[in-house]
Amino acid sequence: MIDIRSVSHALHGQTILSDISVQLPKGKVTALVGPNGAGKSTLLSLIARLQPLQKGTIEVDGLDVTQTPSKQLAKTLAILTQSNQLASRLTVADLVAFGRFPHHQGRPTVEDNKLVDEAIESLELTSIRHRFIDEISGGQRQKAFVAMAYAQDTDYLLLDEPLNNLDMKSARTLMQRLGSLSAQSSKTIVVVLHEINYAALYADWIVGLKDGRLVANGETKYFLTNETIEQVFDMQADIHDVGEHRFVMHYR
Amino acid sequence: MIKGWIFALAILGLGIVSSLFVGAIDLDAGRFLQTGEGLNLLLVSRIPRTLAVLLTGASLAVAGIIMQMIVSNRFVEPMTAGSGSTAALGLLLITFLMPQASIFLKMIAACVFSLLGTMVFLAMVRRLPAHQPLLVPLVGIAYGGVVSALVTFIAFQTDLLQYLQTWFNGEFSGILQGRYELLWLTGILMIVAYLVADQFAILGLGRNVSINLGLNYHQIVRLGLVIVSLISAVTVVTVGVIPFVGLVVPNIVSRWLGDNLRKTLPVTAMMGAGLVLLSDLIGRIVRHPFEIPAATIFGFVGAALFLWLLYFPPRRPSTAESQQEKSA
Repeated sequence: MIDIRSVSHALHGQTILSDISVQLPKGKVTALVGPNGAGKSTLLSLIARLQPLQKGTIEVDGLDVTQTPSKQLAKTLAILTQSNQLASRLTVADLVAFGRFPHHQGRPTVEDNKLVDEAIESLELTSIRHRFIDEISGGQRQKAFVAMAYAQDTDYLLLDEPLNNLDMKSARTLMQRLGSLSAQSSKTIVVVLHEINYAALYADWIVGLKDGRLVANGETKYFLTNETIEQVFDMQADIHDVGEHRFVMHYR
Repeated sequence: MIKGWIFALAILGLGIVSSLFVGAIDLDAGRFLQTGEGLNLLLVSRIPRTLAVLLTGASLAVAGIIMQMIVSNRFVEPMTAGSGSTAALGLLLITFLMPQASIFLKMIAACVFSLLGTMVFLAMVRRLPAHQPLLVPLVGIAYGGVVSALVTFIAFQTDLLQYLQTWFNGEFSGILQGRYELLWLTGILMIVAYLVADQFAILGLGRNVSINLGLNYHQIVRLGLVIVSLISAVTVVTVGVIPFVGLVVPNIVSRWLGDNLRKTLPVTAMMGAGLVLLSDLIGRIVRHPFEIPAATIFGFVGAALFLWLLYFPPRRPSTAESQQEKSA
């Protein structure tokens, strides 16, 4: 479980998050949704100790993120951030292999190499594994970074808009993969999504943020109502039941 | 890859042998092997000089790539970004305040100033917007220029200008036995850098990735700072500033082999050593028996190589080839 208690955050005098308290269930896929500038990325980076926590506490699997040694946290949680502009040149395989660093500290074992290969195969990067990441497309690069987080093989996986730049098939494959990771390996996955229907289909739990406040929070089927969508996104959309899933018709 | 290594080692070996037998005093390799004539010359001058060139070239290239990883920017190198000129500042101040200071004391002063100077550069770079990568080298050049100007001013006021010529224009003609041994420190620093090469490579992936992978970010940045400043200071004290080695060599290696430092750091060091050796050899030959500083030659050789690399990049290993390599 990720336990967030009274977390507030401000940057240059502007409030980014105000008094967020929420518990993200263990072993489930949680979608973090909300309009641009709602504070989703900031919340994710605070959970992953990428920024210092200003107010409140965050515990991941009982570990206080401000107190626990970073080395230990790196074996518990992995984060994929949004901007992955690199100054350095690595091949896809080398980049993914760095995902294993927290486990081997520079001395990879056979097991580590196996997991790297698995991550590369799983994201369908085998044919470009020896290409440099600055010479492949944006979508392929995005997949390489996802594979790196995947190779880190932590119980908690945080992904900030992982579907950026991905084509339809890759996006669906990735969401299916995340779903099976939580269902079969009981990993806890928190993913920032902009397309609410991916959340509708693949998330067990949805958290809605708006202007740095927690607006709605609940199991997927309870979250997807006209009222909640309007509360979070400030827009009206019809909601249809398609098979056993809910579908938000927000395109028009 | 193995062929590449053999090739590189052969070139380097050829360079070393030439370096031993080229200079103002004629030393005939054939006669030396038969009679041992000139052994003294070799031991006192040629071998120390060759070692100094190799250590300087290799360590400047290594310092360059480490600095580039620390600031996540490909366009900086210690000699142009203030580490070299602040080392000269320290050297100048101690020369002025304590003219009798030993070389060891001078080196300490240069190291302390270089460390502070590099820290100031880093602090300035941290405040620059991340999406403007070209600001980093510009700030570096401006900062290095201001410090150099200050050094020149102080030297002018204190009648020490003649020293500046030797510090700011790196060359090896003054290297003799007993006057280069400090450079072995750079050898130790390179070994340290290689031991934590993985962590420097991760540093180059940015702060977020570093923290995510559990790196002690600040600690490894500090280690990098110390390595960069000490290498800069020791080189300035013993041979003087040789600019662009730290810029050109890491960029060539990066374009060719990438930035997985565990694999590429030895190549970077070897290429730095080889190119500076080549520059020093050319400098010894073109106006024989007079010399042109290696730094001057390197500016020319390095720029030409860099342009060649930009416009005619080497063929990338294709996927099929890499897989062959893997199965072999």
